[in-house]
Amino acid sequence: MQPRWGTTVMSPENEMSEDYSSIDELLDTAKKCRRNIVQMVHRANAGHPGGSLSAIDILVALYKTRLNVDSSNPDDPERDRFIMSKGHASPAVYAILHEMGFLSEEDLSTYRVMGGVCQGHVDMKWTPGVDFSAGSLGMGLSFGLGTALAATLDDSPRTSYVMLGDGELQEGQVWEAAMAAVHHEVGNLKVFVDRNRIQNDDFCEKQMRMFDVAAKWGGFGWAVRECDGHNMNEIVEAIEWMDSVTDGPAVVVAHTIKGKGVSFMEDNPSFHGAAPNDDQLRVAMEELE
Amino acid sequence: MSLVASRDGYGSALVKLATDPEVIVVEADLGKSTKSQNFRKLLPERTISLGIAEQNMMLVSAGLATSGYKPFASTFAIFTERAFEQVRNGIARPNIPVHICGSHGGIHTGTDGSSAQSIEDLAIYRSLPNMVVMHPSDFNSTEQLTLQLAQTKSPSYTRTARNKTPVIYDEQAASNLKIGKGSILVEGNDVAIIACGVMVSRALEAAQNLEANGINATVVDMHTIKPLDGKLISQLAEKCGCFVTAEDHSVIGGLGGAVAEHLSEKCPSPLERIGVSDHFGQSGDGDELLEEYSMGASHIVAAAQRVMQRK
Repeated sequence: MQPRWGTTVMSPENEMSEDYSSIDELLDTAKKCRRNIVQMVHRANAGHPGGSLSAIDILVALYKTRLNVDSSNPDDPERDRFIMSKGHASPAVYAILHEMGFLSEEDLSTYRVMGGVCQGHVDMKWTPGVDFSAGSLGMGLSFGLGTALAATLDDSPRTSYVMLGDGELQEGQVWEAAMAAVHHEVGNLKVFVDRNRIQNDDFCEKQMRMFDVAAKWGGFGWAVRECDGHNMNEIVEAIEWMDSVTDGPAVVVAHTIKGKGVSFMEDNPSFHGAAPNDDQLRVAMEELE
Repeated sequence: MSLVASRDGYGSALVKLATDPEVIVVEADLGKSTKSQNFRKLLPERTISLGIAEQNMMLVSAGLATSGYKPFASTFAIFTERAFEQVRNGIARPNIPVHICGSHGGIHTGTDGSSAQSIEDLAIYRSLPNMVVMHPSDFNSTEQLTLQLAQTKSPSYTRTARNKTPVIYDEQAASNLKIGKGSILVEGNDVAIIACGVMVSRALEAAQNLEANGINATVVDMHTIKPLDGKLISQLAEKCGCFVTAEDHSVIGGLGGAVAEHLSEKCPSPLERIGVSDHFGQSGDGDELLEEYSMGASHIVAAAQRVMQRK
């Protein structure tokens, strides 16, 4: 495989790749997930709503349209893998796993509670449907590379999807894995970057300027595409595109809004890792009606 | 007495493990040195080389292991430490059976100097829940214990040595070794010398010297630091009543630390620790450096004589 130097491709104008009704269903599911995300964090009085709300549209589209997983057999060796590398966005994972039948309403109420199945950061040992124990940034892409290489060795069609945060790209290990994935021509490894532009302390731009994120991936030889991470049509199409790339790894840089869907959380670094109070919860639920 | 490096035992075991279709070798460029290249030459299609990138190596191995493979990942002991948090959070915490081998451990590594001489690896990996930690003493024991790892469901760290050391076990004797069980090489009632790695041959030499002075020592090859064979140590406390530990590692937190913890809680007994006394190494011949840092056979003899006075 030749490196795709600078082949950043913007997605075409909102072409509808699915019929309207299924897109509406995805949007409806995403809204339900958003409500659960905010409620989980409020109940626990701790957690990371901002990065969960920015990621959730992508998760809904991936689980509902593509990911081969089965809640009645969560450990099926032939399942696709979803690796949430930004493990603090666990409420987003729990919300979609609830929609997919892996977790009950009651399970969701155990988020950050002792003995509960929903740990503070996603953990494969505690939660059915979770494939990777995260919490330290920068490790998920390497793990996904491992599961992808295993699938290749097994001559299996299973695919590994990894979600990275944009702040997470500051971790050097991400680029160790990025280089290795291209070297090994891993065609069954697909990555989403949740480009919400905010990290723990402040805007990424202030903490560590990253310039053109897509160009960085292109420079490493990945097939790259960008999309609006809250436009379901674009997300579904981006997933179809990444699945069409089979001679090497593919990444979609999804431009998102941290806290998307809750006005006072949107683009607000304060809600990276803070829970809404009772009044804020009420407002959020009204906005997510 | 023939001399072979324990890292060659690791390489030899990997070749024998090639018949297990689940075994896979993962490297971060140093296969020539760790001897994982022996497997790569045989089965390049089941060897994953990841360049000089140890953090990535640890998590790629974890991903392979959760997909049904048995990854054996190796680099220098010191470079595994660069990926310590990856081992902690990505392997030990989710209890994923990845087998890490760190070669070139200890002062005995020699002329490369202090940057390469890991003197803390056993201590740090021993502190992680779920981990098996080993430091075998010779070619045959390293080969045997590495073979057993393929049947182990826990993550593990095994330290091997760069330089040649005496072969202590023949193949038959090595086949009796078991992970987690200390191996008694010499029996005596006066003092128990517990050693690991390159220090085992020195402990045997010390026991011979002690015997010439009428002192009968027990010598144990404690190839597994975790889980520690506490049962054997308790029996020796009863039988010998005093201990010397000998390791090419900091006296803090390694074999000496583990034995001290067991003794102080279960069967208080006098103990002297031979090891690196809280300082870094330097370049030099391995054997010469061990003498320089008071870790030779004569130092074990002196420690045994001291500790017997404290009974």
